[in-house]
Amino acid sequence: MILALLRRDLAQFFPFAGGGAALPVVFFVAVAMLYPFAVGPDANVLARTGGGVVWIAALLAAILPLEKLVARDIALGFFDQLRLRGLAEETMMAVRLIAHWLSFGPVLVAATFPAAALLNIEGETFRLLVLGLLAGTPGLAAIGLIIAALTASLREGAALSGLLLIPLALPILIFGAGALARQDQSSLGFVTALSLALVALAPFAAGAAIRAAREN
Amino acid sequence: MQAPASPVLEARDLACQRGDRLLFRRLSFALGPGAACHVTGANGAGKTTLLRALVGLTTPFAGEVVRSGTLGLLDEGSGLDPELPLARALAFWFAVDNAPDPAAIMARLRLAPLAEVPVRYLSTGQKKRAALARLIGQQAAIWLLDEPLSGLDTASQAIVSALVRAHCAGGGIALIASHQPLDVPGMGSFAIEDFAPAPEPADADGGEAAP
Repeated sequence: MILALLRRDLAQFFPFAGGGAALPVVFFVAVAMLYPFAVGPDANVLARTGGGVVWIAALLAAILPLEKLVARDIALGFFDQLRLRGLAEETMMAVRLIAHWLSFGPVLVAATFPAAALLNIEGETFRLLVLGLLAGTPGLAAIGLIIAALTASLREGAALSGLLLIPLALPILIFGAGALARQDQSSLGFVTALSLALVALAPFAAGAAIRAAREN
Repeated sequence: MQAPASPVLEARDLACQRGDRLLFRRLSFALGPGAACHVTGANGAGKTTLLRALVGLTTPFAGEVVRSGTLGLLDEGSGLDPELPLARALAFWFAVDNAPDPAAIMARLRLAPLAEVPVRYLSTGQKKRAALARLIGQQAAIWLLDEPLSGLDTASQAIVSALVRAHCAGGGIALIASHQPLDVPGMGSFAIEDFAPAPEPADADGGEAAP
């Protein structure tokens, strides 16, 4: 049942599967393309600040699909039907987390290559950027899932998600983008640790949230 | 894949609320293998709330539910992906439930011609039939049907009645909340309003008086 669910979730969220799922990646590349036009073509400025911009773009790309992530399946009764078949909400959310990350994480990392070329990021900075995104995007996916589940039953949920994301994502951003400024690999250790903690926590938080959403 | 031999669905002194309002209280019933029960009640009387409490999706305010056997719920949510063609949306549930002969189930509910139509383009009645197909594929021992007849044409309503009769004849339990009558012989019934709390908040038994 879990494999069938993962396949179904992936089909829902995978980019280029239709339904505007490719939007986060397009958004990500668009930011990288527009930034040089906004600040001017000074290669040094771009190289120094480009990494941070890529991080912010990744962060925002991770929250673009949030509205669809949980609320729609609650309205569909999808989770209810799975619950009746004995599947725990935590398991559903763990599967959803994997599908959500797979749908944007690897693609964003791949899109970092053209983005880095546009922003004149190379060498050690580029290596830290790619490693940082690999370590950080699971954490961003976990934050996204928690927020999506928490706000699913609220009317103005989408607006609230953006606000909730900022404080939650700050630590990952500070250490992830900070690693670039200091050329310091140990910051990535913090990013990895934060990501792992969030990934471990997210299915429980999100599972409890969709259970609570049933009660009103 | 048949459910355990003797399904049971029993409510003991059940009370449920929605928001701060108590909908019903001291509701008790017991259904054994082959039993069908029709729940009536006005809109907002608590039929859906009762069904969701019975399957364990929500926690009742008081009382307990005893159930043994697999649960199938038919309600507003079809659980079918709106973007997918009907056959593929149903195929997910048929795979999860190990449904035998999905094609026959689709034919039974006259869904075969709609197989390639995306779920969001289906009409209310067609969606209801699709949800019924999902329910049949699940082969649950206990059926809880919330308004199974609404939106259905006469022919489809007859199919639903026949499905419920067959389900109960096979030892299953069916609890049906509906405004319309179903043609199921031997079906019990109760009105949920009979269990509504007294309108006076200063009731002798207390506990339900909201300050």
